[in-house]
Amino acid sequence: MKRLIIAILTLLLATPLAAQDQMPPAPLAYKQLDDPALEAKAQGLMETLRCLKCQSQSIADSDAPMAGDMRHQVRTRIAAGEEPEAIRTWLVERYGDYVSYAPQNKPIMWPLFAAPLVILLLAVFLLRGRFRSAGKKETDNKVAGE
Amino acid sequence: MIAEIGLAVLWMAAALAVLQLFAGFSALRPGGKALAGVVRPLAVMQGVLVAISFLALIDLFLETDLSVKLVAANSHSMKPFIFKLAGTWGNHEGSMLLWITIMAVSGGVVALVEKRLREDTLIATLAGQAFVSLGFYAFLLLSSNPFERLPEPAPEGQGLNPLLQDIGLAFHPPTLYVGYVGLSVAFSFAIGALITRDVGPAFARAMRPWVLGAWIFLTVGITAGSYWAYYTLGWGGWWFWDPVENASLMPWLAATALLHSCSVLASRNALRAWTVMLGVIAFSMSMVGTFLVRSGILTSVHAFAVDPERGSFILALLAIYIGGALALFGIRASTVTEGERFSLFSREASLVFNNVMLCGILGIVLLGTLYPLMTEAFGAKVSVGPPYFNPVSAIFAIPMMLMMGVGPLLRWRKDKPSRITATVAIPALVVALVLLAVVLMFPSIRILPMLGIAVGAGLAVGSWLPLKGRNLRRTPFAVWGMVVAHCGLGVALLGAASESAFSTERLAAMNVGDTQSVGPIALKLEKIEPVAGPNWTAIEATVTASYKGGTPVTLHPQARTFTSPPGERTESALHTRWNGQLYAVLGNEGDDGRWQMRFWWKPFVPLLWLGGLLVAFGGLLALIGRVAQDVKRVRVNDKIAFRKTQQDMLK
Repeated sequence: MKRLIIAILTLLLATPLAAQDQMPPAPLAYKQLDDPALEAKAQGLMETLRCLKCQSQSIADSDAPMAGDMRHQVRTRIAAGEEPEAIRTWLVERYGDYVSYAPQNKPIMWPLFAAPLVILLLAVFLLRGRFRSAGKKETDNKVAGE
Repeated sequence: MIAEIGLAVLWMAAALAVLQLFAGFSALRPGGKALAGVVRPLAVMQGVLVAISFLALIDLFLETDLSVKLVAANSHSMKPFIFKLAGTWGNHEGSMLLWITIMAVSGGVVALVEKRLREDTLIATLAGQAFVSLGFYAFLLLSSNPFERLPEPAPEGQGLNPLLQDIGLAFHPPTLYVGYVGLSVAFSFAIGALITRDVGPAFARAMRPWVLGAWIFLTVGITAGSYWAYYTLGWGGWWFWDPVENASLMPWLAATALLHSCSVLASRNALRAWTVMLGVIAFSMSMVGTFLVRSGILTSVHAFAVDPERGSFILALLAIYIGGALALFGIRASTVTEGERFSLFSREASLVFNNVMLCGILGIVLLGTLYPLMTEAFGAKVSVGPPYFNPVSAIFAIPMMLMMGVGPLLRWRKDKPSRITATVAIPALVVALVLLAVVLMFPSIRILPMLGIAVGAGLAVGSWLPLKGRNLRRTPFAVWGMVVAHCGLGVALLGAASESAFSTERLAAMNVGDTQSVGPIALKLEKIEPVAGPNWTAIEATVTASYKGGTPVTLHPQARTFTSPPGERTESALHTRWNGQLYAVLGNEGDDGRWQMRFWWKPFVPLLWLGGLLVAFGGLLALIGRVAQDVKRVRVNDKIAFRKTQQDMLK
């Protein structure tokens, strides 16, 4: 009897995997959450997750079945009270950094975050020389890159 | 026969380009003046020949000559006329031929009409133009011959990608190409001026119409491309920070900076080296763009004609031209003096500030686009998307737009802050009031859309202030152009921010007869029925929509299935009101027989594209104004020269 129960349970567990291709889209793939606040939260997260099967689209705007499944996951978890960032972390653990459009806080991304600062400093450095001598009547004073 | 003529003519044009390069080069040497006279006619002739070659390809596509490989692979006898025509450039070989056609024809036009520039600078420019186009001739003739015949004619063509069978997209790529190639002319001018050490106002005036023209086409191309993505991809998104989109945005940013520094150089003889540098950067960005689009090195929603091998060819061209140009710049930069000076509080200074901001955005977009490639070298696969691009580009864009409210009010060279404080108070007040109103009315609004709405509104109003105190009838076209373009940018920002802040979405499974609502709009699914077009069949929904209980309008979203080649596309239906747009999409039929419908209400989103068109229209006004001014100047100069010779003869 016990063995039979286990066998049935195993079968039940296995069905979703076996039937994944023919399955209709997951319930929340094309259905919004009833609570607008939660839906907005889910939408905000979905817009920053990459659809892994498509060309450069977020899961919030893709017809791919996989994007639908991911939307379902996101909505289910948001409805269960999880925070968006926790869901993002979970997805990143599962699919890698590639899934998140928001750059993760990892050493390899630090140069990207530093870029605006570097550009601003560079601009200040170039312009400083430009205006320091402004007002004086020097016409041939050259400034690098200017 | 047509195909053979096209190919032969193309080879001849390439040969002329070689001649043009060498004649130009030797004419610049001390003993080579004899060859100076042939450079202009060569450039004109080359333009004519390439145009013939392109017309030959168009003819092959219109006749659907299936013995030509390119036609068989990309066309179909049953395709509507307009898409047969668009098929000419809707593929790799054809688009490269279009590129070189525009380039050679522009070269011909420069040779015909350009009279202000010093003759040696012009010859150097045309030689530079020949040098750039030679790379593309080699590319076209050696690795992607558009006129190649099939051993046996194909029974039927394979058709065109369904996504491309759209009137917007038929003309979108050539628009961008004209923009890219226009920047190649600016690049050639920059090279020419560097070679002959002739960087000055005359050079800037000669280059300006080309930069303006290119910039107008880029603006229209980006606006149209964004609208195309919006209504074709079926999810209401209009900008994805996708590599291909960034590829068109980067040349635009560089061209915008170039345009403004070019104006400073033309009217004030300042920012010489900077303008030349931007000329090089702008065309580099066009090449980088073409490389990203053509190589498929980065995945993109817009990737249609991808071929890694061709990518490496373009990369090689990129390295030669850009590396060469930068080397030339490095050698000659020290001989280009900076030009006139100006104070910290002057119109030049504000333009420099915005140039730097534009370059900042450009740097961010370039880095963000290429960053995934770079990390891949270290084995890390990452994505950089809107959560990075939006806030980081805003760091530069918001100060820039604030400055756009101040800069045009300032005088050249030196000004007093007290002179404009009263005028600047108007847009500043608008920004503050709108900010306050938005925060009070929508406390949950995110910070970027909030700032976008306030700054956009301020700019849309403040951009008109330079007209204050002017006689409107005598205001030059160029000033009107600036006002309209700046206002357009504010309007576009307003639309974009409003879309991102206030859009509402409704996803619903509906039976025929069901009702739904999205935002202020009540919807009813009236019927679902099959329809057929020339080369597609579709399921079409009929939806009635009523805004706040008003008269209902009918929308017909479709799910289209194409037969040649097979493919599917959602055809969203739009209903535009003055205060927003309703967006309806028909999805799949569920197991229970209900239809998946998607609706969005996007308040004020049309302002986004209206703004884009206003920007382009402003550019057009400025272009007309500048060209008219130049023509007048040339006439006056001719008259003076004529009088002088008469007087000399009298003496």
